[in-house]
Amino acid sequence: MLKQFADWLVFSIIGLIPGSRAGEALDFFIYDTIKIFLLLTTIIFVVAIIRTSFPPEKTKRLLSHKREYIGNVLAALLGIVTPFCSCSAVPLFIGFVESGVPLGVTFSFLISSPMVNEVALIMLWGLFGWKIALIYIGTGLLVAVVAGIVIGKLKMEQYVQDYVWEMQVGNAEIVQLSFREKLDYARGYTLELLRKIWPYVVVGVGLGAFIHGYVPADFLARWAGRDNPLAVPIAVALGVPLYSNAAGVIPIVHALTEKGMAIGTVLAFMMAVTALSLPEAIILKNVLKNRLLVVFFGIVALAIVCVGYLFNAIL
Amino acid sequence: MKIEVLGTGCAKCKTLYDNVQKAVAESGKTAEIVKVEEIPKIMAYGVMSTPALVIDGQVKFSGKVASVAEIMGVLT
Repeated sequence: MLKQFADWLVFSIIGLIPGSRAGEALDFFIYDTIKIFLLLTTIIFVVAIIRTSFPPEKTKRLLSHKREYIGNVLAALLGIVTPFCSCSAVPLFIGFVESGVPLGVTFSFLISSPMVNEVALIMLWGLFGWKIALIYIGTGLLVAVVAGIVIGKLKMEQYVQDYVWEMQVGNAEIVQLSFREKLDYARGYTLELLRKIWPYVVVGVGLGAFIHGYVPADFLARWAGRDNPLAVPIAVALGVPLYSNAAGVIPIVHALTEKGMAIGTVLAFMMAVTALSLPEAIILKNVLKNRLLVVFFGIVALAIVCVGYLFNAIL
Repeated sequence: MKIEVLGTGCAKCKTLYDNVQKAVAESGKTAEIVKVEEIPKIMAYGVMSTPALVIDGQVKFSGKVASVAEIMGVLT
C-alpha cells in the first residue's frame, strides 16, 4: 500500500525515472518516512498507556529486597515498561537503593531502561524487520541481566557516593489515574516525543535514502563487514557520543547494512548508542564514585562487543 | 499556597515552571512558586521521576510536564 503510494508519487506525479538514482532515493525517503511515522505514532501511544500502569515508585516496590538473578531478570523486564529519562536518573537511583533494591538489580534496570526503548524498537522493526527487533530486545535484556549480576557480584556498594546511603526518602503515594487520564497522558507523551524526534527521523531517513541511492554497494564491506574484527569495538566507540539519537541513527545504519555493514556490528552499534551515553555518565557521577562508573561502562561495553561478535558469527 | 517545582534543572523542569507561572496568573490566585533543585529535598518527597509538582507539601504530578490546564485543575 505505502510502497505503491510512494512509487506513484515519485514516478507518476513527480516524474522521476524508476531505477534512476534520484528516483530511487526519493522513493525510499517517502516510503520510509511515512512508514516510520505511522509506526511511531501508534506504538508510542500504546506504550505510553502501558507505562501509566508502571510508575517508577511501583517498580521500586516490586524490586525492593529481591534476590539476585530473579531480581535482575525482573529489573531488566520492568526497564522496558517503566518510563525513564536520563535527567531523573539520580532520584531514581537513590530511590531504588534506599528502598533496598540490590545494587546489581538497580544496574540491570538502569541498563535495560534506555537500551530497550520503544523508539529504537520501532525503528528497528520498521527498517530491519521484526526478527532483528526481537533479537535486539532479547540480547538487550541479556546484556542488562548479565552486567547487573556481574556488578552485584563485585560487591561495589562502597563505590556509591556516601551521601546516597544517608538520604531520607519520603513516601509519595502512587497517584492512580483514570482511564481517561491515561489516554490524555499518552496523547501528550506521544506528541512531545514526536516533536522531539521528528527532525532526527527526517534527517536520518534522508541521509539513509542518499546512501541507498548514491553510495556503491559493498562500499563498507571491507571496513565494516564481518571479516574485520575491529569493526565491532569501533562501532561501539562511535555509538557513545550519539546518545539519544536512535531515531536518526537507525535509518543511516540501515542503509549502511545494504552497503556491506555486518548485522552483529549494527546491533552492537545500536546498543552503544542507546545504552552508553556521556550525558548519562555525567549525571550518574552524582551518585557513583569513579571506579563504579568505569566498571559499569566497561562491563556494559564489553557485553555489547560480545553481542556484536556473536551475531556476526551466526547470522 | 506554596507551589514547588522539583527537578535538577533539566529543560522539562523549566517548561513546568513556566506553565505553573501561567496557570497561577490565569487563575488569579496568589501563590509562592519555588524551584527545588537539591536532590535531598526532592528525595524527601519520595519523587523518583522529575519534573514533579508539589502543592502545599503534596505531590500532584511527577515525571511529566503538566499543562497549564492540568495545573489550574489542581490549584486550590
